[in-house]
Amino acid sequence: MTGVAEFTQLPAAAPWLQHLRETAYRHFSELGFPTTRNEEWRFTNVAAIARANFVVGAPQVEVTVPSPAVRLGLGEAEPQLARYAGFGQNAFVALNTAFVNDVVFIHVPKGAVVEQPIEISFEALENAAAHPRVLIVIGANAQCTIVESYRGKGSYFTNAVTEIVAGDGAVVDHYKVQQESLSAFHVATLQAQLGRSTNFSSHSISLGGALVRNDANAVLSEGTEATLNGLYIANGTQHVDNHTVIDHAKPHAASHELYKGILDGKANAVFNGRIIVRKDAQKTDSKQTNKNLVLSDDAVINTKPELQILADDVRCTHGATIGQLDAESMFYLRSRGIAKDQARSLLIFAFAQDIVDRIKVQSLRDSLERVLFEKFHEHAH
Amino acid sequence: MNGMALLEIKNLHATVGEREILKGIDLTVNPGEVHAIMGPNGSGKSTLAQVLAGRELYHVTDGQVIYDGEDLLELDPEERAQAGIFLAFQYPVEIPGVSNMYFLKAALNAVRKSQGQEELDALDFLNLVRDKMKLMDMDQTLLNRPVNTGFSGGEKKRNEIFQMAVLEPKLAILDETDSGLDIDALKLVANGVNTLRSKDRSMIVVTHYQRLLNYIVPDFVHVLSEGRIVKSGGKELALQLEESGYAGIGLVDEEEAVGTV
Repeated sequence: MTGVAEFTQLPAAAPWLQHLRETAYRHFSELGFPTTRNEEWRFTNVAAIARANFVVGAPQVEVTVPSPAVRLGLGEAEPQLARYAGFGQNAFVALNTAFVNDVVFIHVPKGAVVEQPIEISFEALENAAAHPRVLIVIGANAQCTIVESYRGKGSYFTNAVTEIVAGDGAVVDHYKVQQESLSAFHVATLQAQLGRSTNFSSHSISLGGALVRNDANAVLSEGTEATLNGLYIANGTQHVDNHTVIDHAKPHAASHELYKGILDGKANAVFNGRIIVRKDAQKTDSKQTNKNLVLSDDAVINTKPELQILADDVRCTHGATIGQLDAESMFYLRSRGIAKDQARSLLIFAFAQDIVDRIKVQSLRDSLERVLFEKFHEHAH
Repeated sequence: MNGMALLEIKNLHATVGEREILKGIDLTVNPGEVHAIMGPNGSGKSTLAQVLAGRELYHVTDGQVIYDGEDLLELDPEERAQAGIFLAFQYPVEIPGVSNMYFLKAALNAVRKSQGQEELDALDFLNLVRDKMKLMDMDQTLLNRPVNTGFSGGEKKRNEIFQMAVLEPKLAILDETDSGLDIDALKLVANGVNTLRSKDRSMIVVTHYQRLLNYIVPDFVHVLSEGRIVKSGGKELALQLEESGYAGIGLVDEEEAVGTV
């Protein structure tokens, strides 16, 4: 099992951390890597990760923390770390927690407005198993933007966990850009704990990786507004699985979810969106949409909404579409002189643009447009 | 070449699925001429328009179409457009995510490139389209909106004629450009079309109703029924149809028939 033998060789840490690691490790040992018999992992087989022989190795991390946000040390993370991303059920979160060593812990003080994005980028080491850990604690009424990115070369395993705790009235935009190597395994969990009347959005852009699993989970309070959007593009034999959980724990909260996928070749994708509306979460307003553009006969998408609604005065809608390029649109473009390949690219790009347009960080939007342009150009030939 | 027809359709047959829709169309269009094609619903008017533009949904099973000396049926839709054919759609397609400006610039540059002209950058393009937008009374914000997305019926039809003004085709085919327009929008669209009439530009105007032809006065009128041209004449034929209906010349119009039940 990946890196597990090394657990016992880790140098001892502060007692609280040592305790956390050992507890997490015990959970991991009990859970083991999930199999496809586990409903949560039904379409995603992680046997290749379990079999792989990677050595635990920390990735290169680059962190930009614009003031008045501050980066704090691991010692100060004790009250919050691993409080939100539960490792009792999720073996990968348990594994990550067992190897917690260097945490990117960022604090945004109460009421602070951080104009520039907080940027955290991980560059994996080849043949390594990495367990990047991020904790961002945002004070009440503060405002910030967070951009996480993951990349690397060759074959490796990234198992990331990010916890975001946003205080009452905070405004937080989070972006995760996954551009791992096409031979990499990438498993990541985002756990967002959102305060009263907090406005939170997270965009997950998934482009790389051979085997990818993203879990994006948000727990809402009263009046919280949460948006979870995603764009996944897969070709060849890439497998990308997006699981989301939006937990309406309190009344008057709203959630919006739009995940779009573009699948070509023999790519495999999974979208599973769970919405929980708890008993006293009256007046919940929730909308979930998953749209897939399937460009080849061999690409497969499994999409499933999971609504668990325990309150009676709520509005919850969900919808999923799976389609090919629209023949009418193709003809319209071609009838104006645009060549077939270019028309195809234009429509694919337009499908993705819908998500890209929602990104508020200009530099990120520009770089994504460039990446997509290159990708859709590939499609054209 | 003087005296050569721009478009020659000979014995054109076309099917969709198993059903034959065009059953032997013959039509010759010379440079600068405006031909109206009228006919009841289901007569094959729109099919003819789409076949000429290269819609793959329809299969040509017999006959010939010579355009500008070339076998038109051998060309892909984009090659037809590059050769100067323009179809104004009856139902312009909404394309979310592609701006009208990006779309039209790509189209114009594709046409220019095929004709050995230099491609235009965004600024040159804007300069070129400004007057044409005025012609169609179009707000510049329409350029930045996604193609036809959220446009009203009138805006969509105006956008079609605006595209035609930008692409400057040799043969424009207007497929029921009048449908769904109120009289003010109709006048605006007709005015745009009339401005684009020239001795080098031919037009085929497909319409169910004579109303449009009060504003776009054709040189010839053809009546299509059950996949064939059954009557041809001058502009007075349209007026005759207006008075007597398709029934007056012995045709059954599904729409009129339904109206009397």
